[in-house]
Order: sequence, then C-alpha cells, then structure tokens
Amino acid sequence: MVLMVFVTVFAVNKNHEEVEKNYAFEKQLEEESKQAFLKAYKVFMHPRCVNCHPAGDAPLQGDDSHIHSQNVKRGIDGKGLYALKCSNCHQEKNIPGDNMPPGHDIWQLPPAHMKMVFEGKSPRQLAEHFMDNEFTGFVNWQEDLIHHVEHEPLVLHSWSYGTRPPLSHEEFVESLKEWIEKGAALPD
Amino acid sequence: MIEIDVNGKKHNVDATEDTPLLWIVREQLGLTGSKFGCGMAQCGACTMHLEGEAVRSCITPLSRAKGKKIVTIEGLDKSLSEPIQKAWIEKDVPQCGYCQSGQVMSAAVLLRENPKPTDEDIDNAMAGNICRCGTYQRIREAIHIAAKSI
Repeated sequence: MVLMVFVTVFAVNKNHEEVEKNYAFEKQLEEESKQAFLKAYKVFMHPRCVNCHPAGDAPLQGDDSHIHSQNVKRGIDGKGLYALKCSNCHQEKNIPGDNMPPGHDIWQLPPAHMKMVFEGKSPRQLAEHFMDNEFTGFVNWQEDLIHHVEHEPLVLHSWSYGTRPPLSHEEFVESLKEWIEKGAALPD
Repeated sequence: MIEIDVNGKKHNVDATEDTPLLWIVREQLGLTGSKFGCGMAQCGACTMHLEGEAVRSCITPLSRAKGKKIVTIEGLDKSLSEPIQKAWIEKDVPQCGYCQSGQVMSAAVLLRENPKPTDEDIDNAMAGNICRCGTYQRIREAIHIAAKSI
C-alpha cells in the first residue's frame, strides 16, 4: 500500500516536472518567435518598404517618407492614374544619379481592393494582418508570405537603391522563417 | 542604329540605348514641341506618348522606345488635338507657353481614358505638369470645355 502511494506520488511529480519543462520550452519558443518578428518589423517599417504600403492612396517617398511628389495616386490596379501612371517615370531599372526615379519592370502600389497598409501599424497589428488572407491575398499565408519576401522582385528591389533596410535580405527572410517556425507568436 | 516610330514615321537614329528619348526627338528628328525642363521627371514639360502613355521623355531611355509607337505634340491625333487646341485658345490658357505641350499631352491621355473628368480627375491627371506662370485654373477650365466636344 505504502509502495503504491509512493509510486503514484513519484509519477505525479515526474509528470508535473515534464509539464513545467514543456511550458518553459513553449514560452521560450514564443518569446523567440516574437523577437524574430520584431527584427523583421524594422524592415517592414523602413522607407524602402513602407513607402509603397502607405495608409493613404498616394505613395510615400524618400527616407523621411514624405508624400510622393505630384501627389500621384494609387489607381484601381495600383499602377497610377491617367497621365501619372507609375511607369511613366519609373523605368525598367534604376536611373543613375541623385534623386532620379528608381525603377523595375513592375512598379506599383498594392491595388485598391487590397491596399496592404503597413504605415502606422504596430508589430502586433502587422503580424495579425499577415495571418489574414484578406489582407494579403495569400492562400496559405505561411508559405506564401515566405515566398513573397524571398522572391517578389519589388521586395528584392528594396535592397538595390537609396538607404538600404536595416537587415540584409537574407537576415530578413530568416527572421520571418524563424517567426513562423517557432509558432508565429503575436508580439505584445 | 536604332529604329524608332515617331508620329507614324520610322526613323533610324544613331545613339546609345541610354540616350533620353527627348534628346533624339528634339536634336535628331527636329521635333522641338516637347521641351526640356528638369531632366528628372519632375515637371512634365517633356511629356510625350509611348504606346499611348504619357511618359517623361527626358528620362526615358531609347532602349525602352525601341519598336514602340511614340507620339509627340506634333503628331497628336486630331480627335484629341483639335478640341484641346480650341479649348486652349478659348480660355487663353498659355502665358509663357513653355510647359503647354506637356500639359496638352497629359490632358489628351486624361480625356482619352475619361471623357467626362471631374475637377478631382483633372488634378489626379495633371499634377505632374508644372506651370511656373500658374495657369492651372485655366487649364482645368479648358479641359472641361474640351471634354464637351470629344
């Protein structure tokens, strides 16, 4: 009888220890996931990213993210309006020289039906948005988000001109992968 | 030699691919209606149409224009140029006139895409064309007048 009680108490304690250990491990993963997102968030909020994810319908410009000169507008498809379409000035590649328009084959804002606003969003809000397929248009948000930041030409282009984002492109992608792999925890 | 199509005519021009289209049109083809203003796509004086879009030719490299249809103020289709010209005359729009060919080329794209533009549409289309004489109000009125006859 005494032996049975001893065995039971031992098993309960052991189980309790395991639960505590697991809990501590999960908390640590959660914290690391949040930290990884916060690292990537600095890139999302950098002018090279946020300038094309504005809260309004005009893109932003420069390292101080001022409203784009000529107050050019998003348009329905994100490619501008009338005589002020993005590609009227933005060429297929960057034009050398200070303050010349940067360029790429595709040059646009997110379209009007899916504006993907970054400007003014807290880390938590942005993380929540990334999980919302209506915000991004993704199907599988985790796979599609990683694919987007890893391969989307306009994302890659952000590292090709002006003041560069605070992480290298590789570090940025790794941070997002770490955020997702460790549970995609929402920052506080 | 690079072949370009300007106002429906093919031209072989001797220039490097990074030469701005404006240089070729003005200096080699002698079409001087399009003006040089800022050289960095900020003022709109050099606006011409490339495949129908109002590009800033001062920074458009020749490589982009190769094989595409270019239209300058001299070759703008009469269905657009005539009503715009008449409206411009009616409202006495130009003052010094330097920016006006760019203004007309931008207005033409607006009216082609939106034959009945509101004031807001006009602002959204024309904000890239700067007029240092400040003829903006007359430009806006003239576009409304032109819209009535298109």
